[in-house]
Amino acid sequence: MSKPTAHTNRAADTPSRPPIGRASLQRDIIIAGVAVAALILLRVIWPSPAITDFTIRVAAYAIFATSLNLLVGYAGMVSFGHGMFFGFGAYCFGLVMQRLALPIPIAILITITATAALALVVGAICIRLKDIYFSFITLAFQMLIYSLIVAWVPLTGGDQGLQGGIPRPSFLGINLATPLHLYIFAIVMLALSLLVMRHIAESSFGYTLRMIRDNMERASFLGINVYLVRLIAFMVAGVFASLGGVVMALFVSGAYPEFSNWTMSGEGIFMIMMGGISTFIGPTAGAIILSLLNDVVTRRTEHHGLALGIVILVFALGLKKGVTDFAADWWRASGDSKGGKQAAEARP
Amino acid sequence: MDLIALANCLVSPSCLVTQTTSGLIIGLLLFLVAAGLTLIFGVLNVVNFAHGSFYMMGAYFAYTVYVFTGSYALAIVGAALGVAVFSIVFERFFMSRVYGGNVLMQLLVCYAFILILDDVVKIVWGPEFKSMGMPDYFRRPPVFIAGGVIPVFYLFLMGMTALIGAGLWLIIGYTRFGKVVRAAAVNPQMVSALGINTGLVFASVFALGGLLAGLAGALAVPVRSLVSGMGFSILIESFIVTVIGGMGSIVGAFVGAILVGMVRSYGSIGFPLFVEGLMFLLMAIILVIKPSGLFGKEA
Repeated sequence: MSKPTAHTNRAADTPSRPPIGRASLQRDIIIAGVAVAALILLRVIWPSPAITDFTIRVAAYAIFATSLNLLVGYAGMVSFGHGMFFGFGAYCFGLVMQRLALPIPIAILITITATAALALVVGAICIRLKDIYFSFITLAFQMLIYSLIVAWVPLTGGDQGLQGGIPRPSFLGINLATPLHLYIFAIVMLALSLLVMRHIAESSFGYTLRMIRDNMERASFLGINVYLVRLIAFMVAGVFASLGGVVMALFVSGAYPEFSNWTMSGEGIFMIMMGGISTFIGPTAGAIILSLLNDVVTRRTEHHGLALGIVILVFALGLKKGVTDFAADWWRASGDSKGGKQAAEARP
Repeated sequence: MDLIALANCLVSPSCLVTQTTSGLIIGLLLFLVAAGLTLIFGVLNVVNFAHGSFYMMGAYFAYTVYVFTGSYALAIVGAALGVAVFSIVFERFFMSRVYGGNVLMQLLVCYAFILILDDVVKIVWGPEFKSMGMPDYFRRPPVFIAGGVIPVFYLFLMGMTALIGAGLWLIIGYTRFGKVVRAAAVNPQMVSALGINTGLVFASVFALGGLLAGLAGALAVPVRSLVSGMGFSILIESFIVTVIGGMGSIVGAFVGAILVGMVRSYGSIGFPLFVEGLMFLLMAIILVIKPSGLFGKEA
């Protein structure tokens, strides 16, 4: 499997590969547009509340999981504390809406800014560590955020969660208090987030991340500020995770400490592993699978952890790869090099 | 924040004795768990995220043996051996399949075990809080030192951990097994080339780590209540301890554990709502000054 090295200059691309920039972006926009249209059509044909709720939840998880994969799959930074940004985003957005009564887009902007600041501080410390050290230092910080949320009762409502509902005033004719608008909003947020993250992953910055993942020393000898690049990746991933939290907060009209508990991060890791880390869409597939699995397991048994744990073991020890990894392998084996390009870019 | 209370405590001998003792108890229990964690990491380069669950199992095993036999000594032995055997199974059949490279898989296997064990505890022992109470022979009047109260069990706990710590130091430093373990930590391929079964070494390191976690669980039962999920907070604290002390260093685990114990004990007077935060602050400061921890080798 040939791995492309970082292209800091797009013009230096070999002619055998299409340039990273405009063409593939156009293709991605078309795919995203078609997917959004199809999902809206589905809702119109089949207006089931269960499907609506499921899709909104999946959208929140998919944004979260894909942002985690920016770190895990592309940068090789296995964060086990990514849930802190999901939870922080949900709480930050909820609190801004409750206390300041601002329009929703402004509240989202404030949430993004605040999360970026948090990720800057946490990242500045965590990124000093590598590999498994990084995993548990992020886990430790997540538990700090979690315990702050639980302890700071006057602000966050403690372990009861953010009570009283989150106001959802209309903006630009969009009323998120209606299920249909919320549904469309969640899908569009998902599509936009995926597009932007896809663009980041395919940019020269994304390839720098891959190079750091594959060989940190080489990257630093080539004059790349490894620390800074990793820190920016951490912040970008954190910001998108907080957007997932915003969608979730809008859906449940509140925020709960579980959003930033370690199980959230564990589920995120499981989603990207089940979906596959070697493809961009893998985490989204994983979010769908895990949500389905959670629904089925919760309906069938009260021993949720036991059942889920066994499924995880089967995946981790038996299959060892996610579903889109298998699909990508099959695609590469049967198709030409153009089809396999995408799978070869990200190492399993 | 209550700095006045903290200052008052620091000038009162009785408060000093009480808080230092309780800090020591927290720290010593933490040391047993963290020592196993750091040992496994040092030799196998694997962070056992399920280590807190080992501690939880030790506590439940001890509770069960005590309920059935009424002997706390048997409970300690039973818990230690039980968890050690479980650790061998865990290592041989599960963790050993995901060694090398992919941290993601190790994380997932441990995550699965945390979920499974927490649920198994709920199924077997029930979801409610359990408490074993103090064994009869420790129900004596506490010892007073400079006006500070020290329960007899605390003295026993300190003595036991001192013994275990000394035993660990002797095993790692002066036995053939210890030499093999130290060698395997530096260069497992070479150890294997010398005709030593590294699989066996890895399994015994896990067993030793499990034994320590089981002991910690058993020693904690009389003073802590039992509940499914109790392993997780001690896991996080053990991580903080190993980061402060330096991953792979047992001496570091000891120093880190005592430091964290003291921060918890005195912090609960000065900053009752921010005790957790204090530990993280301590960790962050040490990471900024010395990223490899106080006793860690330069990474």
